[in-house]
Amino acid sequence: MESVAIEREIGAEPQRRGRAIVLTSGKGGVGKTTTTANLGTALAERGARVVLVDADVGLRNLDIVLGLESRVKYHVLDVLEERVDLDEALVPDKHSENLRLLAAAQSREKDEVQTAQMEALIAMLRERFDFVLIDCPAGIELGFRNAIAGADEAIVLCTPEVSAVRDVDRVVGLLGNRFKPQLIVNRLRPQLVKRGKMLSIDDVNGILRLPLLGVIADEPEIIITTNRGEPLALRKENPTGAAYHAIAAKIAGEDVPVPMPPAAKQTLLERLTSLFGGGRS
Amino acid sequence: MIEFLRRIFGQRGSSATAKERLRLVLMTDHLELSPDMIETMKRDLVDVISRHVEVDRERIDVTFERQESTLAMLANIPILSVGRPSANGNGKHEGRAPSPDGSARTSKPKRVAAQTGPGAEGQAPPKRKRRRRKKSPPAPATAPAAG
Ligand SMILES: Nc1ncnc2c1ncn2[C@@H]1O[C@H](COP(=O)(O)OP(=O)(O)O)[C@@H](O)[C@H]1O
Ligand SMILES: [Mg+2]
Repeated sequence: MESVAIEREIGAEPQRRGRAIVLTSGKGGVGKTTTTANLGTALAERGARVVLVDADVGLRNLDIVLGLESRVKYHVLDVLEERVDLDEALVPDKHSENLRLLAAAQSREKDEVQTAQMEALIAMLRERFDFVLIDCPAGIELGFRNAIAGADEAIVLCTPEVSAVRDVDRVVGLLGNRFKPQLIVNRLRPQLVKRGKMLSIDDVNGILRLPLLGVIADEPEIIITTNRGEPLALRKENPTGAAYHAIAAKIAGEDVPVPMPPAAKQTLLERLTSLFGGGRS
Repeated sequence: MIEFLRRIFGQRGSSATAKERLRLVLMTDHLELSPDMIETMKRDLVDVISRHVEVDRERIDVTFERQESTLAMLANIPILSVGRPSANGNGKHEGRAPSPDGSARTSKPKRVAAQTGPGAEGQAPPKRKRRRRKKSPPAPATAPAAG
């Protein structure tokens, strides 16, 4: 990514057009917001200029995950309704120099945002940033349509659960071909997969059949980092933090292997419990 | 004992159940036949059956049903008579005089707009390629829509 920075300095790229990627899933609580924050951080750490757009109107969350809640003054609708300049509404991240947040309106309704406005906003952001990551609300109604309106790529998030896979399947059907959807499987627990208690990557993607961008483990540290407002991607020594960086590298076009959580090694205790523990899987 | 061994080797946990449920639920989700397509399918189905028996075209009923491991298309086709089919092919009694050479059963040329039968895809033009398993031979007048 150094080359991008150099190009920027010497102005070799007059008509720059960043990539607008929407993170979506249909179902709520599968990790869209968490993943948006972490991938944004990882991409920014690589030197790319990144803006995160919280499109979850009425349920603003991305600011919390990033630890920026106290710095948010304006939101998407302030920009759309031209009360403030775009620059004023972009909140600089605490940790990553190249990262900005555009917060969602919290005390407003989804239907106050118009699809055409969102499209225009994202187009504007793409002129200034290398990556525009859009955190999509749950559902497939207006909020979803607004969130995908300005994007031209999609990352779909899925957890290894029947309901999540079904919803992703539906969302991918709605997205059609325009968005070239790629898959991130989130919250995988290799131990459970190994014991036949959780859908595996092959189970999930045997059905969805999407290009696999990465697999993120179910990571207890995520709770802690979210409590603190410091995305785990800031800690590359953590395997999950590193996985976000690997996914970011793939997004940036690097030919790196699909990140996978380390295969489950059963502890002696676990082996014994699975032998004698009874109980149904 | 078998249960014990199964647990040791860890096959078929609840993930297998989840996988199977997922497969079925998606099959149902993907069944997006437009009423038009169902009508065409019914007509084609009846055209074929009418070659052999006379059926009541007005009272044909086609439904889709989730069964244990497949999605089934169930067609209830009342048979009027097992003799030679009617000449005009509309299944009404008045036109029952069989044509001696067995020709002219339908006035229109046959179209195969919707396939039915084993391995046929009971869904709208597929959006994406999906894995499909063949199983359970069709019961009479029952064709797995996708399986
Ligand atoms: N990989 C993960 N491991 C553990 N917890 C996670 C992971 N990803 C997300 N979570 C947790 O799951 C919950 C929902 O995540 P969130 O990103 O808010 O989902 P969404 O935006 O899709 O509704 C949050 O409590 C978050 O901390
Ligand atoms: Mg969210």
